[in-house]
Amino acid sequence: MNEGVVTPAQAPVPPLLEVRGVTLQYKTRDHLVTAAYRVDFDVYRSDRFVILGPSGCGKSTLLKAVGGYMKPVEGSMLLNGAEIGRPGADRVMVFQEFDQLLPWKTVKQNVAFALTSSGKLGAREAEARALHYIDKVNLTRFADSYPHTLSGGMKQRVAIARGMAMEPAILLMDEPFAALDALTRRKMQDELLQLWQDTRFTVMFVTHSIPEAVLLGNRILLLSPHPGQVKAELNSDGTDPVGADGKPLSARIHELLFAQTVEEENVPHG
Amino acid sequence: MAESPMVVRAEFVREVKDSAYGVVEKPLTTAEKVWNNDAFRKGLLLAAMLVIWQLYAAWLNNPLLFPKFSDTFAAFYEGIKSGVLPQRGWSSVKVLVQGYGIGLALAALLTAFAITSRLGTDLLETLTAMFNPLPAIALLPLALLWFGLGNASLVFVIVHSVLWAVALNTHSGFLSVSQTLRMVGRNYGLSGLGYVTKILIPAAFPSILTGMKIGWAFAWRTLIAAELVFGVSSGSGGLGWFIYENKNQLDIPNVFAGLFSVIIIGLVVENLIFRQMEKITVRRWGMQS
Repeated sequence: MNEGVVTPAQAPVPPLLEVRGVTLQYKTRDHLVTAAYRVDFDVYRSDRFVILGPSGCGKSTLLKAVGGYMKPVEGSMLLNGAEIGRPGADRVMVFQEFDQLLPWKTVKQNVAFALTSSGKLGAREAEARALHYIDKVNLTRFADSYPHTLSGGMKQRVAIARGMAMEPAILLMDEPFAALDALTRRKMQDELLQLWQDTRFTVMFVTHSIPEAVLLGNRILLLSPHPGQVKAELNSDGTDPVGADGKPLSARIHELLFAQTVEEENVPHG
Repeated sequence: MAESPMVVRAEFVREVKDSAYGVVEKPLTTAEKVWNNDAFRKGLLLAAMLVIWQLYAAWLNNPLLFPKFSDTFAAFYEGIKSGVLPQRGWSSVKVLVQGYGIGLALAALLTAFAITSRLGTDLLETLTAMFNPLPAIALLPLALLWFGLGNASLVFVIVHSVLWAVALNTHSGFLSVSQTLRMVGRNYGLSGLGYVTKILIPAAFPSILTGMKIGWAFAWRTLIAAELVFGVSSGSGGLGWFIYENKNQLDIPNVFAGLFSVIIIGLVVENLIFRQMEKITVRRWGMQS
C-alpha cells in the first residue's frame, strides 16, 4: 500500500475535503449540545480516513455534517473547493442501521434506484452498473431478492455496493459493521479492503473500535469526547506497527484516548 | 467453602459424515396441506354455521322472524336471477366508489399539506380530532338539506366517513418513516414531490393501506345505513333501500338476501382487492407478515 506516497507539500492536488474550524451543535428537547468544537482535518483522494473516538465525541455528527445533513455553526467544509450545503449524490452515506435499504425494492433495484433517482444514469446503464457492483460484493445470486430475506451482513454489502455504484467523490461510512457479529465483521473488513485495492475510492469511516481503525485506515483522526476536538492524526498501514516508543499503534491510540479519563479519575475528590 | 476441583476432559475432533442422518426435508401429507389452507378451514367453519342456522330455523318454524337458510338462499338466487340484487348492489357500489375516491383525494391533499408545514399538521390534527368521532350518519339530515334528496348527499356523508380515517392513518404512517430511510432519500438528492412519492409513500404504505381498509369499511356501513334510514335517494336505490322495502312488505327471506349481499360485497372487497394489494406490496416487501 506504499506505492505513490506523497507528502502534502509535494501534493500536486489540493485535498479533496477540507474541514476548517468546524463547530457543530444540535438541539435536543431540553439542551443545545455542542457535538464537535473547532475541528480541522484534510482528506486526500484515495484516503481511507478513519474517525475514531469514544461515544459522545461527535464523530457521527461530524460525518453527517460532511454528508450535508447539518450545517456547522462556525467554520467551513469544502469538497473539491465548494462549500458543502446540503445532501447530495457526490457524498454517499452507508449507515449502521440495517433498514437503510428500501424494503419495497429488490437488491438490484435498490442499487439502480440510487443511480436513476440521483439523475446519474439512465435506467439501462443503471441496471448494468448495479449488477457490476452487486457482483463485486458477491451477491449476484441475490440480485432479485427483497432486503428482508437477507442477513444483516448481506444487507450491509448491498449498502456498500450501492454506495460504490454511485461512484461518489467520497464514501461516508457510519459504523457500518458495528451491528454485525464478530465473524461477519472480520470478513466484511477484509472485503472492504479488497474493494479499495480494486478501485481506490475515497472513504471516510467512523468507528469506535481501535482494531477496526488500525486495520482499515491509512489515516486515523482521534477525537476527544464532550465536545469532540482533534486529539491526534496518526498513520496506519493496517499491520499495527510498533512505533519509535516501542509500543504498537493500537496501544498508543488506546493511551491517547484513555489518558484523559485516567487523569480525571485521579483527581482527588473533595 | 471448599473449592470444587475443575473437571479435566479429553479434547476430541470428529469427522462429520454426510450420510448418517435420515430425513432433512420431507413434504407434508395431503391432509396436512389441506388443513394448512386458510380458505379450507374458514369454509369449514362457515358450513358448520350454515348447518346450525338451518337446523335452528327449522326447529323454530317461524319464517317471519327467522327464515331458513334454504329459503334465504332461494330468495338470494331469485334476486340474482331476476337481476334485482346485482342492479341494487351496483347502484350502491357506484355511489360508494365516488365517495371513496373523493375522500381519498381530499385525504391526500390534507396530508400533503400536513407534512409540508407545521400549520398543516395542526389543521389536520384539529380537524381529525373534531370530526373523526362524529358518526357520518349524524350529518345526513344536514346533507339532505344542503344537497337535496340525491346521490350528492350520500357522497357527502361517505366522504366524511372516509376522509378522517385515511388522513389520520396516512399522516401517522409518514411520521413513523425511519430517519435512516429519510436520510437515504435525501442522499440521492430527492426532494419535494419525488421524495414524497418515491420514499415517504412506499415507506408508509402499511399504514396507508390500513387507513384505506378502515375508510372502506366505514364508507360501506355508512352508505347502507344512510339508505336504510333515509330510504330511496335516486331512481333505483341501493341495497339498503332493498332491505328496507322488503321489511315493509314482510318479505323476510329477501331482507336476509339483502343482508347477505351486503356481507358478500364486503368480503369480496376485503379478501380479493385489499388482500391482493397487501400481497403484492407490503407482504412481498416484508413490511408486514
